[in-house]
Amino acid sequence: MDDNSSARLKRRLLGVVYRIGLFLVMLTICLPGLWIVLSSLRPTVEIMAKPPVWIPQEISFDAYVAMFSGIGKGGIPVIEYFRNSLIISVTSTAIAVAIGMAGGYAFARYRFRGKSGVFLGLMLTRTVPGIALSLPLFFLYVRLGIIDTHFGLILAYVALNVPFTIWLIDGFFHQVPKDLAEAAQIDGCTRWQAFWQVEFPLAGPGIASAAIFAFLTCWNEFALASQLTRSVSAKTLPVGLLDYTAEFTIDWRGMCALAVVMIIPALTLTYIVQRHLVGGLTSGAVKG
Amino acid sequence: MATVSLKKLTKRYGNIEIVHGIDLDITDREFIALVGPSGCGKSTTLRMIAGLEEISAGSIEIGGRVVNDLPPRSRNISMVFQSYALYPHMTVRENLGFSLKIAGAAKEDMDRRVAEASAILGLDTLLDRRPSQLSGGQRQRVAMGRAIVRDPDVFLFDEPLSNLDAKLRTQMRTEIKKLHAKVQSTVIYVTHDQVEAMTLADRIVIMRDGYIEQVGTPDEVFRRPATRFVAGFIGSPPMNLHEATVDDGQLVFASGAKLPLPGQFKANVAAGDKVVFGLRPDDIYPTGHGISSGGAADVHQIELPITVTEPLGNETLVFVEFNGSDWVSRMLNPRTLRSGERVAMSLDLSQAHLFATETGKTLRS
Repeated sequence: MDDNSSARLKRRLLGVVYRIGLFLVMLTICLPGLWIVLSSLRPTVEIMAKPPVWIPQEISFDAYVAMFSGIGKGGIPVIEYFRNSLIISVTSTAIAVAIGMAGGYAFARYRFRGKSGVFLGLMLTRTVPGIALSLPLFFLYVRLGIIDTHFGLILAYVALNVPFTIWLIDGFFHQVPKDLAEAAQIDGCTRWQAFWQVEFPLAGPGIASAAIFAFLTCWNEFALASQLTRSVSAKTLPVGLLDYTAEFTIDWRGMCALAVVMIIPALTLTYIVQRHLVGGLTSGAVKG
Repeated sequence: MATVSLKKLTKRYGNIEIVHGIDLDITDREFIALVGPSGCGKSTTLRMIAGLEEISAGSIEIGGRVVNDLPPRSRNISMVFQSYALYPHMTVRENLGFSLKIAGAAKEDMDRRVAEASAILGLDTLLDRRPSQLSGGQRQRVAMGRAIVRDPDVFLFDEPLSNLDAKLRTQMRTEIKKLHAKVQSTVIYVTHDQVEAMTLADRIVIMRDGYIEQVGTPDEVFRRPATRFVAGFIGSPPMNLHEATVDDGQLVFASGAKLPLPGQFKANVAAGDKVVFGLRPDDIYPTGHGISSGGAADVHQIELPITVTEPLGNETLVFVEFNGSDWVSRMLNPRTLRSGERVAMSLDLSQAHLFATETGKTLRS
């Protein structure tokens, strides 16, 4: 066998090995998700079985039916929780992205005193675990009378997300060449027009990704929400999961069903937005 | 169409002064090149004229109107950037028409002017492409087209050819010159490439460390450089510049080598003066192979050893050793020379330059 054909064979073998490896890794990552879906469809006996039952013996949608059946029939106020989650996540994401755009643009484009200090300070707030803030926040919110309200949670989530959105959007504005805004100004734009006509469309994918990250953080957040909300009028879906725990029992099947209900919108949104996350939009703007 | 006038124009960043109160008057339809090494303040000056940098002191007038505090859009200028700065999310047509769209021009008017500009620059077939689908030269053309469409008073070019390869650069240089002849606008062109400046400009402004060293036509700055810096900067290969001391009608170099003091400077120097002697490669050549052979006024003959030769086809750059260093000379109608060979060299001292060592200023009266 000559060198060329052995090299070719080696390359093919490596390709096969890569694919198998990739499959195993993806399987490991996806397994918990798959397990949740399966658990929502099978009886508790099977969920608790040891050793685990991999292939469900019987499948039923009882948990989903029960979930929407109202209080007393094993149901929980899913619609309310869903509505709360949606209002809180969307509003706080919109605010965090708006602030993130303003802040990110300022960090990317302007020189000002204490810039790196402020930036570092913003990033340092990310090092504090949210749960450590839940008790002080709880006391503060009780005093202010905003405990158990949409507003309170939105405020907390905006504070949580702003450093992150600023950091991410700053990076994307850095990639948009400064020359473009200047060219636009020479072409007759005001600074404001130059931003909306040129810089914003080009940083669009970055802003979209900042939005999706912020949204998912709010949508999935449990630690703070569990402390700051308690009634049906403010509880979010992750907190709603706790409704399935009673004093002595946990309804794993119902919990998994609600988890699936939670995952579906997040997954759909990510799928829709990810098409817009394609980079490389700025290619061709400047030389090369 | 407009004149541009800079008066005591100054730029400071904090405590650091970048441009030190320069004065410059540019006449209507003139092609001016600002040239100088990196960091000399030429781009900053251009950006101040464009309104992209605030000025720290002084004033800028365009068409007789002071524009110091006007935003770029109110100055009726257009600018071609080194990076082209094309809008990547727009097609060529949209890029060209952007300024008209912002100005609220009517659709027909916009189409007509875009069509005109694209016809001038040969962009007709590319109008529906995006910048990423264009070659470097085509992008450059779109950038110029975008500038033309605005029909500005003044065109500003910020090193527009630096990102092109050598061949394309020469080609685009010619196109810019043709374009200027066609649109008849005032042009301010920044470049670090003295060949671009020489070939394009009506007048050249040579800048260094935030000061203007000399303003003049290409011929003036080449033939009569005002300072040692200009002498070394303009011309390729650069002028041979060597320090010497005046002594009894002679120039004595560091190594002890001597040359007669060129006649045109005799009245302007005294014994003991420290000077810099300059001679262009064109004015030093193997005897019989020079530009001014025959008719030159003050030719000094000397035999020198060759260190290196660089054949260029129609001419050869011959490096000869004198005063312990290499002097470059230009040999026309070259014959083959060997390194180490001693040849008779002619130095046309009537074309020589002398600068005061201390001030760098020319000693020509």
